Amino acid sequence: MKKIFSRPKSLKDVPFHYCPGCGHSVIHRLVCEVIDELGIQDNCIGVPPAGCAVLAYNYFDVDMCEAPHGRAAAVATGIKRMLPDRVVFTYQGDGDIAAIGTAETIHAANRGERVTSIFVNNAVYGMTGGQMAPTTLPGQVTTTSPGGRSPLRDGNPLDLSAMLALAAGSVYIERTTVANPKGVNRTKKAIRKAFQVQMEDKGFSLVEILSPCPTNWKMTPTASIHWVEETMSKIFPIQVIKDVA
Amino acid sequence: MKGRINIDRERCKGCELCMTVCPKKKIGISKKLNTKGYYPAEFSGDTPQDSDKTGCTGCSLCAIICPDVAIEVYREDKE
Repeated sequence: MKKIFSRPKSLKDVPFHYCPGCGHSVIHRLVCEVIDELGIQDNCIGVPPAGCAVLAYNYFDVDMCEAPHGRAAAVATGIKRMLPDRVVFTYQGDGDIAAIGTAETIHAANRGERVTSIFVNNAVYGMTGGQMAPTTLPGQVTTTSPGGRSPLRDGNPLDLSAMLALAAGSVYIERTTVANPKGVNRTKKAIRKAFQVQMEDKGFSLVEILSPCPTNWKMTPTASIHWVEETMSKIFPIQVIKDVA
Repeated sequence: MKGRINIDRERCKGCELCMTVCPKKKIGISKKLNTKGYYPAEFSGDTPQDSDKTGCTGCSLCAIICPDVAIEVYREDKE
């Protein structure tokens, strides 16, 4: 029998530290598969965030440069401007890109920097213990909104991808999910296209990925993938938000 | 078409997502803990007498959803 599925080459052979059922590890694998398929392993620089994926450099077998919390887009800008022949991507969570890093991200998109952002949206601050994030859904219970997020008191979920779509320099923005096999395949296609947009020197590209966080949602992994499909994707619809590539 | 999967029981964290997507329901949970302390998933299609009749089609949905890349998929070539 022929082996048809195994680890991608650019994903290091070490066990992930992520919780059971976490979407991060699926997204790591997809990024590595795309890096392998495009043949850019020696030519790729990643910028991991602060958050659960802060140790992403332990898993990606490409050059990585850690950024201060939220500033991955600014660090990536610097790398890309000094080394324009490299493929530069940032890997950020929602507490990183949509909270502390909003300014850097919006301006990087508006300048049309040739970088790709992988935006992992799980609607909570994962690493610090499940606090309310800008992307937390109305009514969602977190450790800092124990009665559920109230839009009048705590505001509404921030749709960063739609905001970035308004920026003139952004070229390709898509929202996908890794909560089902079809969504995983679509996410991989979106990541590949986002990398290609960068390699063709067109502008800023971003893939937002709705990702389950069973630990902080206090759900089983199975319940959390259903929650992504039934509840989260109502607020954050799965769609191509901008494509002028 | 016949297929087969290998689950790395030391890498598996027992999240059971592969069980939810398997169309043939050929994945179960092991009764033995792994060294990390999880009950890992195990392939229930194996019968020692007839290793060809796994019941697995090699669709690789389990491997696609597996967060820990613990599953390798093998499939017979199309003739």
